[in-house]
Amino acid sequence: MAETTGPMLLEAKGVAKRFGALQVLSGVNFTMGQGEAVGIVGPNGAGKTTFLSVLSGAHAASEGRIVFFGKDITATPAMQRCHMGLVRTHQIPRPFSGLTVFENVHVAAVHNGRRNTEAAYQATLEALDLCGMLPIANRQADTIGLLDRKRLELARALAADPKLLLLDEIGGGLTESEAEELVEAIAKLSARGISIIWIEHIVHVLLKIARRLICMDAGRIIADGDPQAVMSHPEVVKAYLGGSPE
Amino acid sequence: MLNQIAQAIVLGGYYALIACGLSFMLSVMRVINLAHGSLLVLGGYFLWYLGEHYEISPFVGLLALVPLLALVGWALQRFLLERSARGGELLPILTTFGLSIVLDNLLFEQFGADTRSLAPYIGDLAWDSFELPGDIFVGKIGVLTLVAAIVLLGGLQLFLSRTGTGKAIRATAEDPDTAGIVGIDARKASAIASAIAVGSIGIASAALGMRATFDAYAGGAQLLFAFEATIIGGAGSLWGTLIGGIVLALAQTAGAAIHPQGFLIGGHLAFIFVLFARFFFLPGDFTYRLRRIAGLAK
Repeated sequence: MAETTGPMLLEAKGVAKRFGALQVLSGVNFTMGQGEAVGIVGPNGAGKTTFLSVLSGAHAASEGRIVFFGKDITATPAMQRCHMGLVRTHQIPRPFSGLTVFENVHVAAVHNGRRNTEAAYQATLEALDLCGMLPIANRQADTIGLLDRKRLELARALAADPKLLLLDEIGGGLTESEAEELVEAIAKLSARGISIIWIEHIVHVLLKIARRLICMDAGRIIADGDPQAVMSHPEVVKAYLGGSPE
Repeated sequence: MLNQIAQAIVLGGYYALIACGLSFMLSVMRVINLAHGSLLVLGGYFLWYLGEHYEISPFVGLLALVPLLALVGWALQRFLLERSARGGELLPILTTFGLSIVLDNLLFEQFGADTRSLAPYIGDLAWDSFELPGDIFVGKIGVLTLVAAIVLLGGLQLFLSRTGTGKAIRATAEDPDTAGIVGIDARKASAIASAIAVGSIGIASAALGMRATFDAYAGGAQLLFAFEATIIGGAGSLWGTLIGGIVLALAQTAGAAIHPQGFLIGGHLAFIFVLFARFFFLPGDFTYRLRRIAGLAK
């Protein structure tokens, strides 16, 4: 297990998740400190997205406990976790398609403690600006392309004022240069002290931000620590890469 | 001819007003509230009771009725719709159907078969009219109803597009799970939407009782008019509902001009025509098109 840096932010103790007879997570132990940027890799079906869903409250953990800022949030609903600063994005973007880009972000800003104030308006503009979405702020969300939907997912999460941002394959399906743009935006967030957990298949993109890497396989964390060490860990090579890392 | 068109537009305002709550609930909650007509009549009895026993004007009575109905709407969502929605999207519709039967029969048991009207409690307003150029007279109640419909539909539209709560209601209508994940209280948003939808019925109750009579089983016909106006105007569009109400009234008027008993038939034909036209011109497969027309799909 890698040493966490800074004060404790998040702790998952023995987290398990079953869907009926299907065991997706079994006994995941994980801790991270404030300001950390952690990458998660692993083969398809390893339980990465489910782990994020259990952290964000979209799914309840079948076993185990989750502690955020020293508070047990295992039974806290998603909405309240979001208010506490635990915010996620989806692998397949889920914008509110009947709302404009601006409204999508604004609704998140308004419902996370700022109400319908100037502060919420400014937070919305700032999030849109950071994700390069100001030029299309008034477009209907169902008319924008994949890159913009991914950006919108990020901007909406930002407007919710995250302390810990959970990113689920935000670069997935994008071209190299498109992914670079998102990395720049995410790097700025990390530099501001927002902690990040980021699932991504494109490892070299991930490593521009993540100083610590976790590899999951079959519902467990099989390696955790320095990215280079994790990538050359024999179990990781076996489970995830099927050969030597690039 | 001009007179008939003017009367039809005023009547259309009434249809738009009674359709408002139904249309709002359909557009933001994807629930067709079959108890809509019964709640409308319930509100009518409430105002009648205040007038009959306490000599309270229906306009003053509205100050109590609207909040009370809003409370009913809140409870309807929290205790009936929210629970029944777990069993699929048809169950809430069935629930409201059951509720309408309960309400109708409770009202019948309480008030019997006599028809009631609010006209005795509003003085001259019941029969006063405005004179328009060309010897056209339109009733003041009708004009008031039309204005109320425009203000209410416009107000709700503004509320949905401008306020934080309105945006939350729209976001929740689309995807309650994601709404929760971006920090919106989805249960609260739905309950507020339901409170607004049912609360607004109170204003329609006043219009119902002032311009005509009603009895315990009058809700069915009102529901049908409201539903037709909603669907003709395009399910889920509030301004469309205003247009839908006017189109329905124009069609009924045209029907009556053709045949003395053609009033209702004219309206139904317009409704069926719009339904079929939209069905054939919509893209997608059979089920999707049906769901679109019923306002259940985007």
